[in-house]
Amino acid sequence: MRLLRMKPGHGEVLIAEGDVAVAEQERALIEAFRAQLEQGMWAAVPIVAPDGRRQAELVRDFDEVPRDAERVIFFPRAAGGC
Amino acid sequence: MLVALGVCALVAAVLAWDVLVGAGRPAMQRWRARLVGGWDEDVAAYDPGRERRAEARARALLRSCVDEEDWEMYRDLGFLRVWGADGSGSGAGHGVAPYAYLIYPHKPIVAFVPRSSRLLSEYCVDFPDSARPYGSARLPASDDVLAKWMALTADERRLIENANLHLAGRQHDPDAVRSDIAALARWERERERRHDAGSLRAP
Repeated sequence: MRLLRMKPGHGEVLIAEGDVAVAEQERALIEAFRAQLEQGMWAAVPIVAPDGRRQAELVRDFDEVPRDAERVIFFPRAAGGC
Repeated sequence: MLVALGVCALVAAVLAWDVLVGAGRPAMQRWRARLVGGWDEDVAAYDPGRERRAEARARALLRSCVDEEDWEMYRDLGFLRVWGADGSGSGAGHGVAPYAYLIYPHKPIVAFVPRSSRLLSEYCVDFPDSARPYGSARLPASDDVLAKWMALTADERRLIENANLHLAGRQHDPDAVRSDIAALARWERERERRHDAGSLRAP
């Protein structure tokens, strides 16, 4: 699983990478995941819906991330603009 | 008389000199700073090459997340259409879902009725990064589109609640948006035609 973060002037940045089946790596992923949420990021997991269409799922806790997810994408939380 | 005029001219010259030097001082200081220490921070912060590379990465990430059809739509037309959650367009085709959104990079999301092309509203939403790496809080254009797409497909209501709602036409030119909707319909017909032709040719 890879944790990616969108970054102005850069595109996505790899925050952490590991195998959730390996306890030590999972702990590192959870730590990195929480750190991003504490910085005010939203976390989304790209998924394929039952009808075959691609979509995303917003997750608020690492437990909500599907175990087989390849990546979690962090991006700044939405704010009213214009 | 001549003495008085001379004194006035001298005073005017001194005042003009003071104004000119005062106005030119910041420019002079910038010029001096460039000579001594390189470019100003704000100039140095913007790097067109870096921005292009960032956008290329963002496009690759977007492409890896959305359906092939959606990617081609964005590549060819410059925006994405997302069906409203109450009428998912999956398998339904154009004109069946009650409403849909158009996602533009760094512009408001537009809600519209596919069946009639009627524009409903604009949703102004940003994803500002307070860390401001390289001096800017703005994501690359395609990252902005992907963030909107992920937020809309994952939790439409949450995104809409975070956005500022305006009547259609506040930021977007309504005629331009209707033109985009028409272009999208043509694009879909053409794509379908090509797809059908490809299917017929296949053994």
